[in-house]
Amino acid sequence: MEHIISVTVENKFGSLSRVAGLFSGRGFNIESLSVAPTLDPSMSQMTIVTSGDDRIIEQIVKQLNKLIDVIKVVDLNESNFVSRETALIKVHTRPEDRAEALRIADIFRANVIDSTPTTYTIEVTGDPQKIEAIINLLQPLGIKELTRTGRVAVARESIRATSVPAKKAVRE
Amino acid sequence: MSGLLGQAVSLLLYRFLRLIFTGGMDGGSVMKLTGAEILIECLKREGVKTIFALPGGVVLKIFDMLHQQKDIEVVLTRHEQGAGHMAEGYAKATGKAGVCLVTSGPGMTNVITALADAYMDSVPLVCFTGQVPTSLIGNDAFQEADNIGLSRPCTKYNFLVKDVADLATTIKEAFYIATTGRPGPVLVDIPKDVSMDKAEFTYPSSVSIRSYNPVYEGNKWQIKQAAEAMAKAKKPVLYVGGGVIFSGASQELMELAELTHMPVDMTLMGLGAFPGEHLQSMGMLGMHGTYWANMVMHYSDLVVAIGARFDDRVTGKVSEFCPHAKVIHIDIDPTSIRKNVNVDIPIVGDCKMVLRELLQILRATVNGDQKKLRKPWWDQIREWQQANPLAYQQAADGPIKPQHVIKRLYELTKDMDPIVSTDVGQHQMWAAQYFKFAKPNRWLTSGGLGTMGFGFPAAMGAQAAFPGRLVLCIAGDGSIQMNMQEMATAVVHKLPVKIIVLNNRFHGMVRQWQDLFYEGRYASSDLETTPDFVKLAEAYGAVGLRASKPSEVDDVLKEAIAVNRPVIVDVPTDRYENVYPMIPAGGSNHEMILEDPPHLKTKQAGSGQVTPQDSDTILTA
Repeated sequence: MEHIISVTVENKFGSLSRVAGLFSGRGFNIESLSVAPTLDPSMSQMTIVTSGDDRIIEQIVKQLNKLIDVIKVVDLNESNFVSRETALIKVHTRPEDRAEALRIADIFRANVIDSTPTTYTIEVTGDPQKIEAIINLLQPLGIKELTRTGRVAVARESIRATSVPAKKAVRE
Repeated sequence: MSGLLGQAVSLLLYRFLRLIFTGGMDGGSVMKLTGAEILIECLKREGVKTIFALPGGVVLKIFDMLHQQKDIEVVLTRHEQGAGHMAEGYAKATGKAGVCLVTSGPGMTNVITALADAYMDSVPLVCFTGQVPTSLIGNDAFQEADNIGLSRPCTKYNFLVKDVADLATTIKEAFYIATTGRPGPVLVDIPKDVSMDKAEFTYPSSVSIRSYNPVYEGNKWQIKQAAEAMAKAKKPVLYVGGGVIFSGASQELMELAELTHMPVDMTLMGLGAFPGEHLQSMGMLGMHGTYWANMVMHYSDLVVAIGARFDDRVTGKVSEFCPHAKVIHIDIDPTSIRKNVNVDIPIVGDCKMVLRELLQILRATVNGDQKKLRKPWWDQIREWQQANPLAYQQAADGPIKPQHVIKRLYELTKDMDPIVSTDVGQHQMWAAQYFKFAKPNRWLTSGGLGTMGFGFPAAMGAQAAFPGRLVLCIAGDGSIQMNMQEMATAVVHKLPVKIIVLNNRFHGMVRQWQDLFYEGRYASSDLETTPDFVKLAEAYGAVGLRASKPSEVDDVLKEAIAVNRPVIVDVPTDRYENVYPMIPAGGSNHEMILEDPPHLKTKQAGSGQVTPQDSDTILTA
């Protein structure tokens, strides 16, 4: 089963290779991994999409926790979460296709962020199904290049908790 | 003369500066030290007395400073792998972190085997490696290697120090990480310019790493559950591993075993955690464990695993492992729990602290009823013990049986409380079966990684820590040749390790598997000749002895023990002796091979059998 694991790590050189090395060394799957600094620049946030049965996921979470640079690990599948992914799609457009490309972008509330006489670069954000769908529609026009960010995700806050603007410590 | 004078002056100067510096620290006056000096100061504050090292270009500054002080002894090894294993032996025998120092590039790559070995067996190690100057890192400079990248999967943690101002804190953290939680090797990579740059030196008195907080105290509710299960189990077993030794929990284990009247199975790494001659000791379990230790596991109704990790050499076929048992697992490393087998009551914590809590509850709840409750279980165990004891036949005029040598070595030395190391292979398994340990930290062996060449340097590390003690290294003729060069180190540093080479001119364990599973085709396992170990020892300036007949074994061993110099005892043994019991890889624990299958017996009785004279066809110079 697919799991999204959110990992807070020290923003040090080598932290990423420790996490990536753990997955390759122990034969765990990585479907996607995204990483960027948090509000506190000394820490980075990783979102890892992986899959495995309960025992493997338990091991992944424990092994991640064991890494010295890892500050916090949350298996988002244990609660509700929202996740998004962005894709940049460079579509090759013949003159007669340009209007169609714009229509498709419009349907998916995607933006055209670059344009040449023969291409559009379209930015689309959503869940993986949505991105798959727009790719499928654009494919007949001719996709020159495609790049996806991998998913980022965050747990949904419970309604009671959001009403209190408490300053929360980063570590549990 | 002038050189000597210069050395004396610089030594004095160094001492003087150090005096000012240490005296001045509280007063606030600031003394700047080079990275090399900071490293040495840190080692002293960590209580390091001995380091195992081999120099090279980028660490010369550090060696230069080491040369000018007297508090830390530098054992110059002949190969970096030797330095790593010596540090491991030191650590396993003392329980403190072992320290080694090597140069960049090949120095570091040579020490990797020792790091991987220490990582598998949870040995606290701090390894300092040299690195090319920071300005050259990544340029494919001479003797450059990506030390951090190379060591990442085989260390608990590693550091590259880019600024000398971070050096002291880094070293403090390195020792802290290596020795706390589940211990392991930590690598500190020091570029050449960092060892020469200067910085103010303050050694932090404590460490706090926000992302590293080992759990020591077990969950109280879980411990209570465990105590209840233990009190009422009819056929329980304590399955103890190296964690008990590293946590210093032997005393608590003894009390627990006696209070609950449970049999104690030990892993290869756990030998010594519980006295081997104690009536409740079952000896080693697993692939070459005793018949009864494995039967006890298989038929138990409660397995209490303490500081052990359900390695595949212990579990055999996981789906058939302990089919009737509930499992309690006490370990400081959460990843060990439920990694290989399902656990009913997991307890994450330090063995010593958890056992103390357990004892507190059990003392109040059990009262002598345990012995009666478990009488049928013990009757069964004694039956198993009588049915298939460890056995070999030593004919008076036949070839020397390797088991006989180890058994005699044990009997001759047991009152001397020896430290025993081994390499990896048949001799290691026989040593584990026949050498009994009364106390922890006496048994140095490579369990997880199975590193041939471990034994001799590990023994030297232990000898360096305990100069007065008897240190034995039981080795095979194959494995001893993997780090033989360290004999030069042993002679120079007066480390009187006694090496007993069980010489069958085979990679014996490989040969055994080929006989059992590859129809006797000896692909690259027959060494054909071995060097004349007696002459080899003498060539190094050590003592060489040989026992050629069973009747000579005792005298030669006694002679070796009496010598206060490094000794190699060469014992040509039966070439075709196999280690039993044996659970074939992937087999179930109660299905052991207990003796040679008939086809092997006939084969070995025929042409394969060697006479003592034959077995002495050694290569002479």
